[in-house]
Amino acid sequence: MGLLAYGDTGWGDELFFATLMTIAVAATAIFIGFFLAAIFASFKLSKNKLLNLIGSFYTTVFRGVPELLVIYLFFFGGSGAVMYVAKIFGYDGYIEVNAFLTGAFSIGIISGAYSTEVFRGAVQSIDRGQFEASEVLGFKKKIYYYKIIIPQMLRLALPNISNVWQITLKDTSLISVTGLVEIMRQSYIAAGSTRDPLFFYSFAAVLYLFLTYLSMQLFNKLEKNYNRGF
Amino acid sequence: MDLDFMFEHLPRLIKATKLTIQLTLLSLFFGIFVGIFFAILRTSKNKIFYYISYYYSYILRGTPLLVQIFIIYFGLGQVEWIRESFLWIFLKEPYSCAILAFTLNTGAYSSEIFRSAFETINKGVVEAAEGLGLNKMHTFFKIKLPIAIRQSLPAYGNEMILMLKGTSLASTVTLLDLTGVAKHIISTTFRPVEVFIVAGSIYLLMTFVIHNFIKFLEKKYSFNN
Repeated sequence: MGLLAYGDTGWGDELFFATLMTIAVAATAIFIGFFLAAIFASFKLSKNKLLNLIGSFYTTVFRGVPELLVIYLFFFGGSGAVMYVAKIFGYDGYIEVNAFLTGAFSIGIISGAYSTEVFRGAVQSIDRGQFEASEVLGFKKKIYYYKIIIPQMLRLALPNISNVWQITLKDTSLISVTGLVEIMRQSYIAAGSTRDPLFFYSFAAVLYLFLTYLSMQLFNKLEKNYNRGF
Repeated sequence: MDLDFMFEHLPRLIKATKLTIQLTLLSLFFGIFVGIFFAILRTSKNKIFYYISYYYSYILRGTPLLVQIFIIYFGLGQVEWIRESFLWIFLKEPYSCAILAFTLNTGAYSSEIFRSAFETINKGVVEAAEGLGLNKMHTFFKIKLPIAIRQSLPAYGNEMILMLKGTSLASTVTLLDLTGVAKHIISTTFRPVEVFIVAGSIYLLMTFVIHNFIKFLEKKYSFNN
């Protein structure tokens, strides 16, 4: 247990901050994912064939290609893309993209592909009468979406959002290949310098289990809360 | 985008695809047995068996696959008695370590799929089998298992695709699978977009094949015809 001491003698504090980093990356990623999912789910639900196609392309590609490959794309291609855009605006220097952003963005794009399907499914399972009733009542489109459809959709989507969160949380372990110091990377460093990989990787597994357990409890509570009256 | 560059590296990537397919098929093959085994334990009335299966799937589904591979590949070599036993022949090789990790992982997910399939079997069918005097072995292999397999096809198809994507982690333990080679090409040529398009297309093609294969099986074994 001396290995886990808090402070200079052990790895306790490093692993604690690494855990916070994992949570931060996962939370940023899932929100980027929600944002993308809101756009692409509406594409998939629209009557426009071209938008449908774009939406399907997005979900097929990012659910069918390994996460690691997507991470490599953004890790090696990220700063290149940013510099390309910057050049258009007249900036010619080297720009390095922060590892946190690269990681959160690549995991977010993958997480968004899963969320798109979740949102689409939830909107489709809302009773048709709700759409018709709000049209008949003469709500403006904006109000009708924000006040009637989206709240119901979120309730229906919650169990699946919980799944997407678990997937996203576990996917963040892959960002360790880019050098961002989250749980996996920190365990790798600790394992390397103490020559005790079994202990540190097992401890990493325990940390992940703890996080998934904690989020499961949280989502169960939320579900109960949102299912009042149903 | 540079088409010549993409064609130049295509043969290497296709060659690496062989390893990816090999890893996927072997892990899925072994994983089915692990999955069925734990699904049976889970439906057993013995509390100890039930909890062994429950925690097995809980732990393997609650931790990232990367941690599991690292524990097996880097971690187990540290244990003295493993290094001295015959197991070391397998565990010192990244190839067999990767397959072991993938098998255990997909076994956990498939055990959940099979379990829910077993649970949805209509009680009447099992009672009818008993009524007809079939013994336990027959009821299981001739009645329950075929129904459960049919029930679990759609979910298992998803698991096959997840496993295909999961094999990309083999590249973290020095294996040169499709992702491993793709990463190598990217880091030597700094052309991430082109390589991503080629390697990604190969993965999508494989996903497409699995998807349609499962669809075909579903149609073939559907109850309606």
